[in-house]
Amino acid sequence: MATVSLQDIRKSFGKTDVIHGVDIDIADGEFIVIVGPSGCGKSTLLRMVAGLETVTSGEVRIGDRRVNEAEPMARDIAMVFQNYALYPHMSVFDNMAYGLKIAKTPKSEIEARVAQAAKMLQLEPYLQRKPRELSGGQRQRVAMGRAIVRKPAVFLFDEPLSNLDAKLRVQMRLEIKALQRELGVTALYVTHDQVEAMTLADRMVVMNGGVADQVGAPLEVYGNPQTTFVAGFIGSPPTNFLSPALLGQQGDGQIGIRPEHMAIDPEGALQGTVAYAEALGAETLVHLRAADGTQVTVRQDAAHAIPAEGSAIRVGWQDGAMMRFDAAGRRV
Amino acid sequence: MEKRVTFKGIWLPLLLVLPQIVITAVFFFYPAGQAIWQSLFIPDPFGLSMQWVGLGNFEYLLGDRYYRASFVTTAIFSILVTVVSMGVALYLAVLADRLIKGSGTYRTLLIWPYAVAPAVAGVLWLFMFNTRVGVVTWYLGQLGYDWNHVLNEGEAMGLVVVASAWGRISYNFLFFLAGLQAIPRSVIEAAAIDGAHFWTRFRTIVWPLLSPTTFFLLVVNIIYAFFETFGVIHTITSGGPQQATTILVYKVYADGFVGQDLGSSAAQSVILLFVVSILTVIQFKYIERRVHY
Ligand SMILES: Nc1ncnc2c1ncn2[C@@H]1O[C@H](COP(=O)(O)OP(=O)(O)O)[C@@H](O)[C@H]1O
Ligand SMILES: [Mg+2]
Repeated sequence: MATVSLQDIRKSFGKTDVIHGVDIDIADGEFIVIVGPSGCGKSTLLRMVAGLETVTSGEVRIGDRRVNEAEPMARDIAMVFQNYALYPHMSVFDNMAYGLKIAKTPKSEIEARVAQAAKMLQLEPYLQRKPRELSGGQRQRVAMGRAIVRKPAVFLFDEPLSNLDAKLRVQMRLEIKALQRELGVTALYVTHDQVEAMTLADRMVVMNGGVADQVGAPLEVYGNPQTTFVAGFIGSPPTNFLSPALLGQQGDGQIGIRPEHMAIDPEGALQGTVAYAEALGAETLVHLRAADGTQVTVRQDAAHAIPAEGSAIRVGWQDGAMMRFDAAGRRV
Repeated sequence: MEKRVTFKGIWLPLLLVLPQIVITAVFFFYPAGQAIWQSLFIPDPFGLSMQWVGLGNFEYLLGDRYYRASFVTTAIFSILVTVVSMGVALYLAVLADRLIKGSGTYRTLLIWPYAVAPAVAGVLWLFMFNTRVGVVTWYLGQLGYDWNHVLNEGEAMGLVVVASAWGRISYNFLFFLAGLQAIPRSVIEAAAIDGAHFWTRFRTIVWPLLSPTTFFLLVVNIIYAFFETFGVIHTITSGGPQQATTILVYKVYADGFVGQDLGSSAAQSVILLFVVSILTVIQFKYIERRVHY
């Protein structure tokens, strides 16, 4: 159990700058999710915390110790990799026991700890199997088990669920959260999936091109995005961006309105032509084309009538739903 | 899943494999049959008649002190060539695997020795270690060491081992490097996080995962040391001094072509044929299994 603190972390690969100064302070036992599109530097950031990548400048602290120069094994962390990185020639038991054996833990304690983790993860029937004899979900659990048995101060996860099918992903997401709560371990979790981020995070860090655009609790980030990038990335379907001119207003920049805050309304401020509508069962997504060609999505309850394709309609929203951004994409 | 082309009829497929069959027949089955046939006879010294002796040639060989000594020499030679060439290759491959920049150059340079024919490699090493004009001999002399592989049996063995292993390092290096690079990086990283330092990682993760490659190379190198080192031995020591470097395949040549004892030579070939068959069976059995650990 420990705090983790990143201070002005930068990373370059040769001449390419990948991380441009990131600050995060993680409290003891907190679940932090780093979310962002592919290639924005999430893995690189995590790997710097793990000690698998050198830090170009800035400071990484785990507990109250600077660990920039520490080897991965000296950082008291455990990591779950995207491809699980299990040892293919070892049984499930040996995979989990590997770190303990190296630490010269007494045999009886190794057995007790592996047994406990196996029970927690429902892996007991598979302890003697090799990784290739397991399903994707079971391999994922073994990777988790390997992390748990060592009782590290910090868990690091690099997109651990992205190789699972959708249903399993939802199930494992809940299990990871429950496990982290139960163990009370500080966790740093990387994903490109904003739903995972929303559901798992105590606080989330939205990364955009090597910069942390916003750090905050999921609902706070959703409700109060600080940049157009965050507004567009968090929430599904993404926020609609309208030019002030389209609404007869002054100034440059953009106005963001979430699809779920819009409604079809004959008195509404925006006119558009219905391009197509997607009925998803519980809800319907109506896609419009505004006068200047902007795509606008309205999310409405399935109880409402679905407008015909090609018809001209108006949509409205409450004043509080408008989020104003300046020309640089910052919230004003 | 297997992908196969199926042909209708028999003539086209037959035509397609015919060249291979002809080559095998002319260059393998025919001489092998000849060897087996001849191993059952003793020809007279003028080659005018042959006398049937059944397995007499084999009986004689197995009782022959020199032939048994040649077996031992072959074993020592093969083990040394295999261990030296694979050991050095593995060491270089581990270094190259850690290298990110410049590994291409490294690889290209290391592949060159493989392009040198064994006999030429023999000549190169012979020049360097020539007892009168060799560069290395001269330097060793400066250090107070009197190198003479023409007289010293151990030095002769050492020189043919080094000359034979040298060209092999390239080949082994390429396989080892490919084997190392096939190990997912994240597995190594996971081990590092689990607390394993370099040597522990090598012993518990890398070496076991590399074992299919190692085993394959072991068989291939032993076969090489048994048969393809003829040129090196012929140019450097001609099997001497006192048969100290006469490996089985060289003895076939020495007894048959130099000693003109064709019956014995043929019997030796048959024994070698037998040995290589066993090695090949092991190799194939293994390659079938190789897909899984
Ligand atoms: N070892 C490396 N050498 C050079 N560039 C790298 C290396 N690792 C990552 N990068 C680059 O850094 C950027 C961020 O990569 P990464 O952290 O893997 O992104 P993410 O995990 O968010 O998808 C990418 O543009 C990638 O090409
Ligand atoms: Mg990544």
